[in-house]
Amino acid sequence: MPLEDVKIYLFLAFYHNMAPFLYFASRLQLTPSTLYLPVQPPKEAMTTDQSDNKKIKSYLHAWINAKISPEGLEWLTGKLEQLATAPSDRNLFLAFGAAPRFVGKEPLRLTKKEVEQADSIRTGWNPSHWTADQATRILLLLSLPNNDPDKLVNTLNQLFSTAEVGELTALYLSLPLLPYPEQHRFRATEGFRTNMNVVFNAVALDNPYPAEYLDEPAWNQMVLKAIFIGSPLHRIYGLDARSNPTLARILSDFAHERWAAKRTVPVELWRVAGPHMDEKILPDMVRLFSQGTEAEQEAAALACAASGQESAGQLLIKHRPDLKEKIQKGELSWDKLVQ
Amino acid sequence: MNDLLFIDPHAHMTSRTTDDYEAMRQAGVVALIEPAFWLGQPRTEPGTFKDYYSSLVGWERFRASQFGIRHYCTIGLNSKESNNEPLAERVMDLLPLFATKEGVVGIGEIGYDDQTAAEDKYFRLQLELAKELGLPVQIHTPHRDKKRGTSRSMDVCEEHGIATPRVIIDHNNEETVKEVLDRGFWAAFSIYPKTKMGNERMTDIVKQYGPERIMVNSACDWGISDPLAVPKTATLMLQRGIPEEHIRMVTYSNALAAFGQSGQMREADWLGTSTIDQREKFQGSSILRGGQDPRIEKRDSNIIE
Repeated sequence: MPLEDVKIYLFLAFYHNMAPFLYFASRLQLTPSTLYLPVQPPKEAMTTDQSDNKKIKSYLHAWINAKISPEGLEWLTGKLEQLATAPSDRNLFLAFGAAPRFVGKEPLRLTKKEVEQADSIRTGWNPSHWTADQATRILLLLSLPNNDPDKLVNTLNQLFSTAEVGELTALYLSLPLLPYPEQHRFRATEGFRTNMNVVFNAVALDNPYPAEYLDEPAWNQMVLKAIFIGSPLHRIYGLDARSNPTLARILSDFAHERWAAKRTVPVELWRVAGPHMDEKILPDMVRLFSQGTEAEQEAAALACAASGQESAGQLLIKHRPDLKEKIQKGELSWDKLVQ
Repeated sequence: MNDLLFIDPHAHMTSRTTDDYEAMRQAGVVALIEPAFWLGQPRTEPGTFKDYYSSLVGWERFRASQFGIRHYCTIGLNSKESNNEPLAERVMDLLPLFATKEGVVGIGEIGYDDQTAAEDKYFRLQLELAKELGLPVQIHTPHRDKKRGTSRSMDVCEEHGIATPRVIIDHNNEETVKEVLDRGFWAAFSIYPKTKMGNERMTDIVKQYGPERIMVNSACDWGISDPLAVPKTATLMLQRGIPEEHIRMVTYSNALAAFGQSGQMREADWLGTSTIDQREKFQGSSILRGGQDPRIEKRDSNIIE
């Protein structure tokens, strides 16, 4: 990217909502701290909603209605009315905690079309694994008055700090829909630090928030931890777009550690490392081609093909010309490999 | 005996290791209740109470699930720490935040320790909270001046209009059991080495009083205690000729009936997941620390991979 473009991005980052611009800055390996920019944007530039809040609520409501009993619906209607007419932390906390008792925990089982609709009103929003209680809790959160960011964050902090497992999961699932997205960066990183996989997955998988709002060190920690605990990488939104040389190096080191302990390495790791192939990672490919399982050899082939490096391309031809052909024909891809 | 399932309705798992969880599950414990209690030394800040309650409904529940055990809890301010009144006031404000959460099966363990005025005050306030929320009450009876303290606990429950079938009087012994049963309360016994109750004595009590409204627990905590107290007692009872159905009542179904009144504990929560498999889903996911293979069965080997 020419320097002029970089300057424009930095200018925009400073005067507007910073997240997308910092994202591009991060692609250039410039982080807020190296740019001497404030991590939190000035208040007047703050985004309120991440998308059409009203529409999201109507979708959630419709999906929940299709799953719950008449009594559950009556309860929900009452609680939403109460939050509209007498919004208070107490009313929210009680409804938020009690939700599963009234609406159950059935999966929403959304159709492909419904999931596409979700994505069309908030890019990356993917409620395909959501349950009725999660959707209800998030609908309650989005029904709070949101004209005061400090008050909203204070309310959320109280919910997070007293949450049980199911509540925590719903709270992290709500990140891409909450108003004032810039305010939740630290919260998202707290989600990565959990030891409960279900909570980690709520923030890391099928969730566009991290790719859009986290800086490179935090992003890299998230991807590494996903590999560490065996979460499926292909469900991380923005995985390819936000891969970076530092992450590729960390993942290669991780693979070496695992190999030293005579353990296996998830093949998806090489998806992230592939585009940043260098003289350090290339020997990993040699190892995969010569000692790996069939799936590992396929992963190495995909990584070499994606690298754009001549040496990697030659390695692929030398070891598995058949896989090169399959990749070209579209018969082998990362999606097909993990299925 | 192998097909008997157990509920331990009083176990402080926060103080126990993964070996304990593994052994409990292997011995047939499918569900347990962790009452909120004191941690061996007094807390000095309300924030530490908040984090403790959070861990009971969060991390500890999750940890238990990895061993195929359903974890429930009761939430309350224990009697010992009720004596620090300025702190107790602030802890009382926290209780409504947690008492209605999923998997909270009662207010507990509350009651008397030294039987002071402050203990009495917060015991009564929490009985009112239980009444308001329609939750069962798990009552700790004092170690010292036990008989009088137990009678007094029941008097106060009645005074506050709490229905006796919703109250579990814990840590009973030969001296207290008759009055508790006669007055219509549940009588729980903690099989705790050298202090509260031994399991041979327990067997005699069931022989004498029958299995109605009696339940056995381990009360295992940070002290010298036994997380296998419930299955061990069941085995002993079987050896000593107590009918299997009676054993089932005192080690499983009575606890379920008593705490199930909360609407937060159902047999369906654990039936159908009888095999221990850490790959099993917990709300759609599993927990394994990085690089660990799931521990599916106990391996007797000196190799640590």
